[in-house]
Amino acid sequence: MTDQGYLTDLNDWSREVATNIAEEEEISLTEEHWPVLEYLQNQHKQEIPLTIRKVGKSGIVDIKGFYALFPGGPLKKASRIAGIPKPASCI
Amino acid sequence: MSNHLAKSLPNDWGLTIIDQRKIHHYQPGYLFIPFGTYTEKEIVKPIAKFLPERANYIQKTIINVDKDKDIVNLEGGQAVPYDLLVIATGTDIAPDETPGMAGPHWHKSIFDFYTLDGAVTLHRALEDWEGGHLVVHITEMPIKCPVAPLEFTFLAESYFHERGMSDKVKITFVTPMDGAFTKPVASDQLGHLLKEKGIEVVPNFNVMEIDGDAKKLIDYEGKEVEYDLLVTVPTNKGADYVERSGFGDELNFVPTHKGTLQSKVKDNIFCIGDATNIPASKAGSVAHFEGEILLENIARYIRGEELKDEFDGHANCFVETGHGKALLIDFNYTQQPVSGTFPFPGIGPLTLLKESRMNHLGKLAFKWVYWNMLITGRHIPFVPSKMSEAGKNLETVLN
Repeated sequence: MTDQGYLTDLNDWSREVATNIAEEEEISLTEEHWPVLEYLQNQHKQEIPLTIRKVGKSGIVDIKGFYALFPGGPLKKASRIAGIPKPASCI
Repeated sequence: MSNHLAKSLPNDWGLTIIDQRKIHHYQPGYLFIPFGTYTEKEIVKPIAKFLPERANYIQKTIINVDKDKDIVNLEGGQAVPYDLLVIATGTDIAPDETPGMAGPHWHKSIFDFYTLDGAVTLHRALEDWEGGHLVVHITEMPIKCPVAPLEFTFLAESYFHERGMSDKVKITFVTPMDGAFTKPVASDQLGHLLKEKGIEVVPNFNVMEIDGDAKKLIDYEGKEVEYDLLVTVPTNKGADYVERSGFGDELNFVPTHKGTLQSKVKDNIFCIGDATNIPASKAGSVAHFEGEILLENIARYIRGEELKDEFDGHANCFVETGHGKALLIDFNYTQQPVSGTFPFPGIGPLTLLKESRMNHLGKLAFKWVYWNMLITGRHIPFVPSKMSEAGKNLETVLN
């Protein structure tokens, strides 16, 4: 795990791991969270950079819904819970 | 790329360049125009001046690419057939994507510096500005030259200091990322810069709309940031014809293999620069470094050979920090920016991830290098396409 608490290997991810990380983020995972997390993982596996807009247009959740599921920084928190790297710029 | 291809394509191949514009812009120069360091005249030249003799130049707007028929359709009904297509149509700002941005306040109290018109208009506005709250804002990622908003912020602080206006100006940097610096080493080594310069950072702010009358940004969670003068980097999108061609992603970027630069649209379509969706920085240096592997892979494609899967995401960018200084960063897909010396290990003369006057002079000198070397298809001396680890302090290793 990185210093900021992101998994370094998606193979270490499980629903149990996700639930524990979500608790650290003060999020209680529901049936609505899992499809979003799976979408993020699939995009990551295809090496497609993620944006809030992309998630909002995924057909799985809209942007407001994404915020409602992962309040206070949805892409950052959802990425951490999904076991994929933190969204970052180049510096 | 055209100059490279003109020298290397087999003799029985033709070369056609389609560009809707007549004038080429030195885009890194946009950053300096608002502060009067460069004028408009210094950063524009006619495209025709740089075209290889071998190329047939068509100055028209592209309607779409018919990938099934291998044809580029142009305005006026002209159709250009191709055997191999290189897409290099970059990215542009799309202020219409954010409600309230591209309205009556655009280029009045809401400015951009990612277009020549925006940079020139902003220069006039800054000259007349008497002070207040300047907000520098990133709408969403990815954007062209991701360090430019930070550079603009630092240069603005320096500009107002030189004009004796520091006590009349408050500067805030608003970003959808979790900080002004997002990589661990850069964040650790450069985080102090913003505090020292009195710049406030508002992180994790994803703008939903702008209330131009009330002069405030509003995000999806209801957070608000008020401004007197807003300098925003709007959503960046690929060219509209990519959408009309039916093969772009949601931002009109072309799905592209990150190592070979062959598109995932069709085998005979390749892509370079900001037009791709590869997870590299949308920086001019990236396009330059991509050129070498793209040239090799085009030759291999023509010969029916396997493509080289070798582009490493190499980027090399100066980062202006104001007061006549700059940083330099050199990184790739897996190696984050770290400290060290460049291009000669232990010698420099440029310093990685550390402010210096020499780096600033290097950035200014780059304009000459661009017009006289890069655009004519010559390589930058001592800077290879693949990132070198020599001279880098790699104790903190990978991302």
